[in-house]
Amino acid sequence: MKNPFICLSRKDIEEILSFLKIEKIEDLFKHIPESLKISENLVLEGLSEQDTYKKIEEISQKNKIPESSRTFLGGGAYNHYIPSIIDHIVERSEFLTSYTPYQPEVSQGTLQAIFEFQTLLCQLTGMEISNASLYDGATSLVEAVFLGTRIYPERKVIWVSETLNPEYREVLKTYIQNFDYKLVVVPKTEEGTFDLKWIEKNISKDVLCFCFGYPNYFGIIEPVKEAVKILEKEKIITISCTSEMLSLGILKTPGELGVEIACGEGQSLGIPLSFGGPYLGILSTKEAHLRRMPGRIVGETEDREGKRGYVLTISTREQHIRREKATSNICTNQSLCALRACIYMALLGKEGYRELAQINAKRAYGLYQRIEKFSVFKKPFFNEFVVKIKNPEKLQEKGFYFGPPLEKDYPDLKDCYLIATTELNSKDSILEFAKAMEEL
Amino acid sequence: MTHHTIFFTKTHEWILPSEGKVGISNYAQGRLGDIVYIELTAQGKEVKKGDVIAVIESVKTTSDIYAPCDGKVLELNQEVTSNPGLINQDPEGAGWIIKIEVKEPFSSEGLMSKEEYETYIKTLSE
Repeated sequence: MKNPFICLSRKDIEEILSFLKIEKIEDLFKHIPESLKISENLVLEGLSEQDTYKKIEEISQKNKIPESSRTFLGGGAYNHYIPSIIDHIVERSEFLTSYTPYQPEVSQGTLQAIFEFQTLLCQLTGMEISNASLYDGATSLVEAVFLGTRIYPERKVIWVSETLNPEYREVLKTYIQNFDYKLVVVPKTEEGTFDLKWIEKNISKDVLCFCFGYPNYFGIIEPVKEAVKILEKEKIITISCTSEMLSLGILKTPGELGVEIACGEGQSLGIPLSFGGPYLGILSTKEAHLRRMPGRIVGETEDREGKRGYVLTISTREQHIRREKATSNICTNQSLCALRACIYMALLGKEGYRELAQINAKRAYGLYQRIEKFSVFKKPFFNEFVVKIKNPEKLQEKGFYFGPPLEKDYPDLKDCYLIATTELNSKDSILEFAKAMEEL
Repeated sequence: MTHHTIFFTKTHEWILPSEGKVGISNYAQGRLGDIVYIELTAQGKEVKKGDVIAVIESVKTTSDIYAPCDGKVLELNQEVTSNPGLINQDPEGAGWIIKIEVKEPFSSEGLMSKEEYETYIKTLSE
């Protein structure tokens, strides 16, 4: 044995290599570009606990920690206030240590929390069913598309709006690269929405689905109803992807607009920004697609004494039973993050949720009105919009953070940045930010 | 020659060539447990032997049901879609699943007679 932590014998390794018809283990990693590989053997030098803390602290000192109320960063992750009760409940060992129920029926508390999460999600999106959550917004989009492929196995063209988060589009592209699907980008108009005329002109029976952001990457509310009407003609599946779930507190729900699958990112619902994850994938749809939905679903039932109880349902289509024939390779969920979202939504309630959404929108519009001359698009938005500024570093010097910059993904949007406003941006900070921009 | 006798597959489907009816064996329904849902292939579809013609979901698992021979799907048993438990109650009778237009002459190659099948399932449970 070469390595005490790898329990394969030399013989095992040789057998595997000969079965795979390759010469050495390294051949398994051929597809990874050389530039990304570590050429020498990675030797870790051990540090004492105390030295480790010191080292990590030194590294963390490099972080610039902006003042929360001066952070206007958007683009798929949002800076919201997290009520302390969320951490308090989530850190209870009954929830914290049993992250996903493998012997589900003995975990009634976990199942009930997931069931309530699904219920709240259905109410929020206006859909009939929701699963127990997925990994994050980008993979929820992928799973929504795959759900669509099970509805129309013969359709091979996937439409994605150019105004949908570019990172999500990239993840989708990666997932489908080895399938015979064709990914087509539906162009944006000069107003920052998807092009309805293009859709009308190019519509065909080969199109499986149309994916768009709601609100879109620029924060704009897309003409969903109009699109649904056109797409219905060829029964094309509409997939809405919401990165800022709070927006659904005041926007029409995807369900009301006739959308078939609503997916998205639930980070706004009580989940910390934490450098990009763990976040929360959301997927809800019509009941007709129940058996095509990936992941787990919790159902409410009665035991033999007529008492209410919860079960994992439709799990006979999951990987541990169906193996390679499973509906999807998702066989777990983001239980803890879903629990956070569940507590967050339950805590705010319907009215509180709407009120918070209104506060977000009002502050964003307040800022927008003051800096309108920098704005790029003139369409209704929720709490995020695009500005064009020449020297952003001057604002950063004053402690204002915003973005991401759009040029990388949209070459025509040179010097353009996203600005998002939440309840954490105080009125004073908003006025100061507007003033700083005026002085540019 | 018309076959009035029933034939079985190794994957536990049965076919009655004279009527073209296809279902799952009593042994199979017993192994699956309570059947709660069935998804059927499209009517009129041309299937080849071994193609998936139905997906049966029981409380324990979800299983593919394969075509025992080539042919065109003539009829789907609507009784079992609305009441999947019928497959448990009468798997080799009223609980048939689809009807296939069997191509003549029917070839029983690779299929088993009832007696052969009974011997076969004994080897499985041992």
